[in-house]
Amino acid sequence: MLIHRRRFLQVGSLASASLMLPKFLKAMEQGQFVPPGNKVLVVIQLSGGNDGLNTIIPYRNDIYYKLRPQLGIKRNDALALNDELGIHPALKSFKNLYDDGALGVLNNVGYPNPDRSHFRSMDIWQSASDSKDYWGTGWLGRYLDAQCQGCDKPTQALEIDDTLSLAMKGNEVKGLALTDPQRLYGASNDKYFRELLAKQRHDDEHHNVDYLYKTMAETISSAGYIQQQFKTYKSKENYPNSELGKNMKTIAELIMTDINTSVYYVSHGSFDTHVGQQNQQQRLFSQLSDALEPFVADLKKNHRFDDVLVMTFSEFGRRVAQNASGGTDHGTANNMFLIGGGLKEKGVLNAGPDLTQLKDGDLQYKVDFKSVYATLLKKWLGADDKAILQQSYEHLSFI
Amino acid sequence: MPVVPLQTQMQHLGWRAGFGEGLPEIRSWMKKKRKEVVKKVILGPQSAPSPIRVMDETDLPDYQRQRNMGAEERKMVQKLNTDGIKDLNVLWTHAMITSDHPLQEKMALFWHGHFACRTQNVLFNQQLLDTLRRHGLGNFGMLLSEVSKSPAMLGFLNNQQNRKQRPNENFAREVMELFTLGRGHYTEKDVKEAARAFTGWGYDEMGQFRFRKNVHDEGAKTILGKTGNYNGDDVINILLEQKQTARFITGKIYRYFVHENGNEAREQELAEKFYRSGYDLRALMENIFISDWFYDDKIVGTRIKSPVELIVGLRRAVPMQFEQEEAMLVFQRVLGQTLFYPPNVAGWPGGRNWIDSSSLMFRLRVPQIILYSQELNVKPKEITPEMGEGQNYKMTMQVNELLKRQYARRVNAQVDWQPYVDGYKDVKREELADAIAQSLLVRSKGIDRQLLEKYSDASTRENYIKTVTIDVMSTPEYQMC
Repeated sequence: MLIHRRRFLQVGSLASASLMLPKFLKAMEQGQFVPPGNKVLVVIQLSGGNDGLNTIIPYRNDIYYKLRPQLGIKRNDALALNDELGIHPALKSFKNLYDDGALGVLNNVGYPNPDRSHFRSMDIWQSASDSKDYWGTGWLGRYLDAQCQGCDKPTQALEIDDTLSLAMKGNEVKGLALTDPQRLYGASNDKYFRELLAKQRHDDEHHNVDYLYKTMAETISSAGYIQQQFKTYKSKENYPNSELGKNMKTIAELIMTDINTSVYYVSHGSFDTHVGQQNQQQRLFSQLSDALEPFVADLKKNHRFDDVLVMTFSEFGRRVAQNASGGTDHGTANNMFLIGGGLKEKGVLNAGPDLTQLKDGDLQYKVDFKSVYATLLKKWLGADDKAILQQSYEHLSFI
Repeated sequence: MPVVPLQTQMQHLGWRAGFGEGLPEIRSWMKKKRKEVVKKVILGPQSAPSPIRVMDETDLPDYQRQRNMGAEERKMVQKLNTDGIKDLNVLWTHAMITSDHPLQEKMALFWHGHFACRTQNVLFNQQLLDTLRRHGLGNFGMLLSEVSKSPAMLGFLNNQQNRKQRPNENFAREVMELFTLGRGHYTEKDVKEAARAFTGWGYDEMGQFRFRKNVHDEGAKTILGKTGNYNGDDVINILLEQKQTARFITGKIYRYFVHENGNEAREQELAEKFYRSGYDLRALMENIFISDWFYDDKIVGTRIKSPVELIVGLRRAVPMQFEQEEAMLVFQRVLGQTLFYPPNVAGWPGGRNWIDSSSLMFRLRVPQIILYSQELNVKPKEITPEMGEGQNYKMTMQVNELLKRQYARRVNAQVDWQPYVDGYKDVKREELADAIAQSLLVRSKGIDRQLLEKYSDASTRENYIKTVTIDVMSTPEYQMC
């Protein structure tokens, strides 16, 4: 039934039968719905400045425990990754991924002249600008600009949310935000809008009103396309009922279809833990871990794990020392997770934080996050990273 | 130069110098000379607007004690600030909707993006807004000086930490880069020296500007080629002496009020006059609004309304009350422009930046959500707390809670259609659809008449006017001004 339906959709709406059929048959032979090599990037934003030191824990470091007498994660509670570093006990599925060789941990990631304001620092991470610049476009938006001139649908990058982040806004092309494909379809499938569109001749893309009509037309056609694709795969995994759980399920279901999306973006938070950090981080990490577990299982069962890479980031880490309210204040360098079956280097990818070399009580960054972006853009998404980031950054070797 | 028809000219003026005007007002303008309309109505009286106040300094708890406050007291202060900023947002939006001097509010909104600033302190927000509204159409030098001395800005740009022993350059840098000269018209050395001059500028807990002499660097500084034992006021004066400041401000005003692409020659001419007038904003705006080129076919109707302009314009066209006015914050948030929460020190980028798939579809649905009382089933992104020193970050969380609570609620607007419907009383039945479309849209290639007929409720004249209005407001053309 599923097969029949998919074939109908592919043939009917996307391409000619002769073009799709061989690829389709081949995929069926291998028990795969989507051909391999179709790389996908999933970005999980940990909003609010996640405390990296209690995420990847230097559990044999005395300075850590000295500066965090109450807040430090106990040596026995940390799930050991190696002799020096352990992972937060709530991130159980991450530990499993580590043991499977499907997790990369990048330490001390940051940028020069860090800004401790949430929104400014998040701007910097999302736009990939220097801390002295203000850019109105995001790094994934500019990826769309580079890849999607002339694309018929702006579905190359989807944000699972009601509104679109700066990261997803390009100059010419922007990603599309949705929480529920069905709802997006319902909202855009308004008869009046459709007729309005049909009556309109938009002939001048330089004029703003024609740009609006073009955006409207793309949205309506994308909503239809997404919904059509979305119907073709329903996950059997048991996702938790949290917001992130639901969002990861939506992402998985879309990944398993033939949709042309290469980037998914989702946020989780808030990690702003000035007060009572322990419970808040524990809860958010449990949700993160519980949402990723079925997600990875889904991908594996459908032979998509090698082609999907998950990246997590947060706008900054926290200060090394705990504060008086059982929390931590805004800091600088932080760690990033990379998850996928296609990692070339696994485990702890570089040395953990050097607590003897603090700068005004803060960790110093060793890896510019734009290097991570450059690597993903070039090696994973096959894009021109220099043009997108407007500068040349060192490529890392994890993929 | 192809100038647009007279009615379109006046509608254009109504939108650019305000938030749109209804048919009767436009008709009355059409009977006068352009110069007269601009002088009398647009530039309006010279008197200061009545201040928007949600609190008095005397309402404040004893801020001196804040550090020793207990949990309960702290909570109270946070609530005071959260509610205050929300009220300030609602009241200012109301001022925009009901003002009989819309340009004053429009200028304040422009400056709110130019002097972009976030503070969690309601009193500081209130003071800064007052400055923007009082001087927004006055003298730029005065405006710059007052903004620079406001606790909101001094705090936001870390000048409280700017001391002789350890200068903090943030404030000096942004004053040059964002407020006056623009990038590339000063050196790093100028920033460093100006920062020294601003040492000691700060404020007390009651929101009063304070010059702390003991942390001020009295030494000689060289700024933009001039040397002296300068203080902050001297820096402001030096910056105003630079023609580049007039040039930069004029360029920004041109791109906001006229055309986003700018026009080198016209800006240069306006800037010269602006400089010679001693930074008279009123004269600058008059120069723009009386010029023939302002009514050029290439300029009229090319601008995408900002979210605040869209909502205010809609509510100005059709008078209404929301059951819960906080819903305004949700609209602002979803559409990407929450007053008192600019995205960063550079303000809102504007233009096509307002538009993506979701914000556009939501914009198109706004009239239906409000006027048909449909559910507001969009969840805005949370506002991230900022500058969190462990003190006030909970406040932002409370705003987020408020946004969440509005989810899936109806706006429940009480719409007073009568004055709007009356505005069309002289219009023949068969000409109504065109008249409505023409007066709501600054210009359009014409919404298809048949389409409007098809989706209208023609049972009564009044219902017909209402439904056609809502449908015209639900078009991409209505996003333009």
